[in-house]
Amino acid sequence: MKNNKQPVGAHYGWKDWMIQRVTAVVMVVYSILILGFFLVHGAVAFADWKQLFQNQFVRILSLLFFLAVFYHAWIGVRDVLMDYIKPLSIRLSLQVVVCLFLIVCSIWTVSILWGN
Amino acid sequence: MSPRTVASPKNRPKYYDLNLLNLPMPGLVSIFHRITGTAMFLFLIPLVLFVLQTTISSEAGFAVWKGYFAHPLVKLIVVGFVWSFMHHLFAGIRYLLLDLHIGIAKEPAQSSARVVLIAGLVATAVFAARIW
Repeated sequence: MKNNKQPVGAHYGWKDWMIQRVTAVVMVVYSILILGFFLVHGAVAFADWKQLFQNQFVRILSLLFFLAVFYHAWIGVRDVLMDYIKPLSIRLSLQVVVCLFLIVCSIWTVSILWGN
Repeated sequence: MSPRTVASPKNRPKYYDLNLLNLPMPGLVSIFHRITGTAMFLFLIPLVLFVLQTTISSEAGFAVWKGYFAHPLVKLIVVGFVWSFMHHLFAGIRYLLLDLHIGIAKEPAQSSARVVLIAGLVATAVFAARIW
């Protein structure tokens, strides 16, 4: 039997799939580092905490972590919305809200990390 | 234009058993992965950013949150989020291994799902024991 099926689509699926995994690994590594900080310090005092985020390298790593979180959250929440919200207008509106929220979070993160 | 064939919508029988207790282990891990992910998106992201902002900006802000975290109800919420995080983490590691075709057969996939559920709970219990 002849197969007439044409593979069609935007092809962003594999890219998102890959990004979801790369961002996951970034988050795991950062989480282990932060956990290590808490284990080393025991009860964390304000001075230690403040000093940690004064470090430029920590700030950059933290920004990388949060951007990974936001991108990961976008892909995950979009998948959930695609599965459960069928009316296109509602789904699209929610996706826009989620997207804008995560962009705002990204800007907020930069201001938190470098604003103090 | 390229010819397209659209899959004909056949009237296939649908059977949704939505009772969580009747789900097989991998299904349970999967639905909890979704629920915890969504919950963390909705609540944990803004909360963590807000706490980070106030705790690193001033000693007073740090003290305020330290006070909140001493409250038993807040501890309970934190433990809930820690479970969300831990379950999502372990389930995610399982998915990464499945992607690498490790434990892809039915039997190991079922036992790894059980390990994920238990590991999430154990990690949460260890955390809870530490903060109480």
